Amino acid sequence: MKKIKKIKIRLNGKVKLITEHYKIQNLLRDVKVPIKKVAIELNQEILDKKKLNKIKLRKNDKIEIVHFIGGG
Amino acid sequence: MKDKFIIANKRFNSRLIVGTGKYKSMRECAKAVKLSGADIVTVAVRRVNISNKKRPLLMDFIDPKKITYLPNTAGCFNAEDALRTLRLAREIGGWKLVKLEVLGDKRNLFPEMIETLKSTEILSKEGFNVMVYCNDDPLMAKRLENSGACAIMPLAAPIGSGLGIQNKVNIKIIRAQTKLPLIIDAGLGQASDATIAMELGCDGVLVNTAIARAKKPFEMAMAFKNAVIAGRQSFLSGRIEMSLMGKASSPKKGII
Repeated sequence: MKKIKKIKIRLNGKVKLITEHYKIQNLLRDVKVPIKKVAIELNQEILDKKKLNKIKLRKNDKIEIVHFIGGG
Repeated sequence: MKDKFIIANKRFNSRLIVGTGKYKSMRECAKAVKLSGADIVTVAVRRVNISNKKRPLLMDFIDPKKITYLPNTAGCFNAEDALRTLRLAREIGGWKLVKLEVLGDKRNLFPEMIETLKSTEILSKEGFNVMVYCNDDPLMAKRLENSGACAIMPLAAPIGSGLGIQNKVNIKIIRAQTKLPLIIDAGLGQASDATIAMELGCDGVLVNTAIARAKKPFEMAMAFKNAVIAGRQSFLSGRIEMSLMGKASSPKKGII
């Protein structure tokens, strides 16, 4: 059996191990984020939410998921 | 009604804008917002808490279809961070009306005006409608206006200080020089401070801490609502001239 390779990424500042070739959309599903209510950045570039199922994550990618919270 | 409050071609009913920070809970915040009658609330952009899947979302408590969300750049100390934050805010749901706030000092929280000016220019060119938090300097306010700001928002006093308007003269000068919406942002402590701002001719006020940290936030939210209405009516009504000596209110004729 072929061993599944894991890669290291950074999600909202925290290290996370994911399967190689994992797509952003899968990652968002795992962490249960409502896509309509967030914005996503990959390596400081804002992602088009329509293309999330096309983007594969690579080693050392930095993903930021942000939303609105209370503020003045 | 003739007295319209318009920001970036959009009309709003309430001249009170409220912040959504510092409340004990989102439920308390939502109720205070409702009681304040505000049409616009400021919100911050922050990382989603990935580890807590049951996290409450602000949008579940305050419906962005009913209340205008005004994303801010609170916590940003340079143009780069502020631009990044507002571009992300726009991506969340198409928000173009934003509040720019670039701070320069962690203790007094005064705005860093050079970075603010730079950011205003870039954001305006990118199609944002930028409401700009600034110091109460008429010259800088003019430069912001020339750089494409859609509203000028000078501080009354440091953020969260509750000191009230410290420099009425500057606010009056800014009022006289600009046709842009002028909104007092930061430093108000009690409802009467909002009335004074409105009587100076401001178009609105933005309040967070004074409501959220009042002993009774709901009552204070209503107090600010009424204070803004009172101040606006007072401003539009035209106050009497001040006089050093007394002028009797009752006629002298017919005194017994």
